[in-house]
Amino acid sequence: MEIQYLYGLLGGLIIGAAGALYLLVNGRIMGASGILGSVVDGSAAGDDRTEKLAFIGGLVGAPALVALVFGANPTNLSSNIAVIIAAGLLVGIGTRIANGCTSGHGVCGISRLSLRGIVATVFYLLAGGISMVLFRHILGVI
Amino acid sequence: MRSVVAALAGALFGLGLMLSGMTDTNRVQGWLDIFGAWDPTLAFVLGGAILPMAVAWRLTRATATPALGTAFPPPPEPKLGRNLVIGSTLFGAGWGLAGLCPGPAMASLAWGGWGGALFLLAMVAGMVATPPLRRRFSSLA
Repeated sequence: MEIQYLYGLLGGLIIGAAGALYLLVNGRIMGASGILGSVVDGSAAGDDRTEKLAFIGGLVGAPALVALVFGANPTNLSSNIAVIIAAGLLVGIGTRIANGCTSGHGVCGISRLSLRGIVATVFYLLAGGISMVLFRHILGVI
Repeated sequence: MRSVVAALAGALFGLGLMLSGMTDTNRVQGWLDIFGAWDPTLAFVLGGAILPMAVAWRLTRATATPALGTAFPPPPEPKLGRNLVIGSTLFGAGWGLAGLCPGPAMASLAWGGWGGALFLLAMVAGMVATPPLRRRFSSLA
């Protein structure tokens, strides 16, 4: 087995532990798009907003600190500006319309056997696969 | 106190994403690209994350309230709806195109360069635009 799979499993367990902490202590579902989205569109207010901003602070800050000390693997993101903007818009609009992303629907939804989480995951995986076929293999833009 | 726990959960989430390789778009696109050099790492990440979460959901049934809160989230809505399918499809298309979803986009901001910042900016713009877009479409329907 490749070492990367082990890192994946370990990292996954840490992600799950983060979600478990957020659920059992704060009573919240750890969904990245919901947390960021409700802060930027103004639907989160007061203490709720403060709590979400703290979550975002930890999410951006902790990896930044580790990257500063130990370095980080590159993100290898496309340098095509049109691709980046189109992808960002699709992810932003899509996750807010669907009310969740890989963390909320995927991790938190599937783990409680939520039908919505499972259906959302099937559709974004399918769309992601089709996106690869279309943009990489047919159009060759990524 | 709740904010301290939220910051801690965010930090753990970010470190988990970083360690698992999910901030590397090649790994994510490698998983989605079943006709290329297929990379199964994402399945290990998702599987690993679901385990502690499944235990946590079980524990919510054994205790009445969260340690620092008044109530656990309500049971998932049984209704699927058009928005869930349309939204997830749009999200998946963008996820494949760039290889980034919201969590890793935030976690990798420090070393993602101008491209990562631009992606995050476009994503935030999409999130801000969604409530008015939804109102417009629901008034047309």
